[in-house]
Amino acid sequence: MSRFKAKKTKESPGINTSSLPDIIFMLLFFFMVSTTMREVTVRVKQKMPEATEIQKLERKSLVSFIYIGEPKNSKLYGTNARIQLNDVFANVDDIQEFVAQERQARDEADRKLITTSLKVDGDTKMGIVTDVKQELRKAGAFKINYSTRKKIDKN
Amino acid sequence: MARKAAPEINAGSMADIAFLLLIFFLVTTTMDVDTGITRKLPPPVEKPDEDVDVKERNVLKVLLNSRNDLMVDGKRMDISLLKDKTKEFMALHPDNPDYPEVTTRYIEELGRDVPVSKGIISLKNDRGTSYNMYIQVQNELARAFNEMKDEKSMELFGMKYTALLDKDKIKAINKIIPVRVSEAEPEDIGGN
Repeated sequence: MSRFKAKKTKESPGINTSSLPDIIFMLLFFFMVSTTMREVTVRVKQKMPEATEIQKLERKSLVSFIYIGEPKNSKLYGTNARIQLNDVFANVDDIQEFVAQERQARDEADRKLITTSLKVDGDTKMGIVTDVKQELRKAGAFKINYSTRKKIDKN
Repeated sequence: MARKAAPEINAGSMADIAFLLLIFFLVTTTMDVDTGITRKLPPPVEKPDEDVDVKERNVLKVLLNSRNDLMVDGKRMDISLLKDKTKEFMALHPDNPDYPEVTTRYIEELGRDVPVSKGIISLKNDRGTSYNMYIQVQNELARAFNEMKDEKSMELFGMKYTALLDKDKIKAINKIIPVRVSEAEPEDIGGN
């Protein structure tokens, strides 16, 4: 009778963790594939306006960004809206050179397809945006994208 | 003779290594998808004085002043009405002199002539207009054109424009309903 009671099975068995690396690797690969590294530190305020008729920007490697807005560090740079190209503040006159640089960095075949994404803070006045657009026209960068967030439709 | 078994690699720390990498990518990743309203700028004009002659009836003037007020066709208007006004303006009114002219255009993809409106939306803003307001107006105009494309697509192909897969059909719709939003050469119109 008591022969089968000899084993004590009160302790709960340990969880098998041998497949843990596989699970972690799976997550790792997901993040590795979906990641895009941040290349620039944005130094201006960026509260994008909302819109409903938006399109996704495709082929991120063909997009160059221009940031416009009030500097985050307003004690140092004041509260007037500024243009940021790459990592530094710039003037309107620098845009043509910036466009030329961006073109140089791409393959010859892709140069026509470059889109300039205007990341403009919603509280900015249109004056500076108009100036930037005029410079882009002069530089021949006609494809632009007003960066906006998706508005949640209430209807 | 007992063969020497190859010693097994200890894989116990594999999870830790993977965790380390995982955390690195978790921290550095940004998942934001860039979205926005895509527009095409016109090439710079060579002779600034030369005006393109467009008939008055073909143009819908949309003005935005420095106080974010909207004026359409000489009258003040709330932004919520802009979309319907645009659609009404761009719709085909063949024999009404108050609306834009209608021409017929041969669409290769369809193989026949289709009436097309000659209307243009002219958008003008002040230097003091806020960017928020400007985007709202651009958005409403885009919405009007997208709805018109959807309607035309329903009529011709029985499905929405966004659901169209055939490139020729998309081209045909884009020819019948061209997005004609012209932005005037900037000039200072009062206020800062």
